[in-house]
Amino acid sequence: MTESVAPHGALSDLLPASAVEAQVEATDWREAIRASGDLLTSTGSATPAYTEQMIAAIDKFGPYIVIAPGFALAHAQASEDVLHTGMSFVQLARPVSFGHKTNDPVHLVVGLASKDHDAHMEALQQLAGFLSAPKKTEQLRSAADADELRVLLGLVQGYE
Amino acid sequence: MKVICVCGMGLGTSILLKMNTDKAMKQLGIDADVDAADIGTAKGAAGQADFVLTSAELAEELEGLPIPIRVINNFMDVDEISAAITDVLNLEQL
Repeated sequence: MTESVAPHGALSDLLPASAVEAQVEATDWREAIRASGDLLTSTGSATPAYTEQMIAAIDKFGPYIVIAPGFALAHAQASEDVLHTGMSFVQLARPVSFGHKTNDPVHLVVGLASKDHDAHMEALQQLAGFLSAPKKTEQLRSAADADELRVLLGLVQGYE
Repeated sequence: MKVICVCGMGLGTSILLKMNTDKAMKQLGIDADVDAADIGTAKGAAGQADFVLTSAELAEELEGLPIPIRVINNFMDVDEISAAITDVLNLEQL
């Protein structure tokens, strides 16, 4: 059985291949967040209202979700607008500014919709591994299309 | 030793920070209990913790806590986190 999402899913369990998009055009951070939220919506992880909550969180707390150079982890609180725990991955065609003192501009936006604290731990850990490797980060930023991103993120089966 | 990693919601960025703080503590050879929390929870739990790690934006919101707060700019940079931990511990030993 592969339909159900494991409670402690790996990145490949929580990030559907169809939630990965490359060369996304965004003119500002709101559009960048919206792109990541649209993918959460289209892949069934969250409702459109969740996207607005992710934007509201930045309006409230500032651009703290830009947690590493060039990288934003978009998310809001667990709510009824989270349908199931899932993620999305957006590579921007041109980086945008979030108003962060040290980590602007942002090239990569990961959207996270989570039912609880633990469901996405393993996936985040994998992601952290990628983002702490400068070469991998550069590859993710410069990938030409979504297929290349899927390979880099280990979402494509049959390579092991 | 107890450390709180704080983010706005307590489920995304703070968990990444917690993971890398765990790594930093291991490298430093320190036995520490590292928790991830949202701002509200962190304010309540600060009495039981030794220090707080968070982002620059949220550090402003946490001003006035009775324990040290250190800002981490790159949550993926274990070396930066180690330096912040070392800095806090040196202060305590003075």
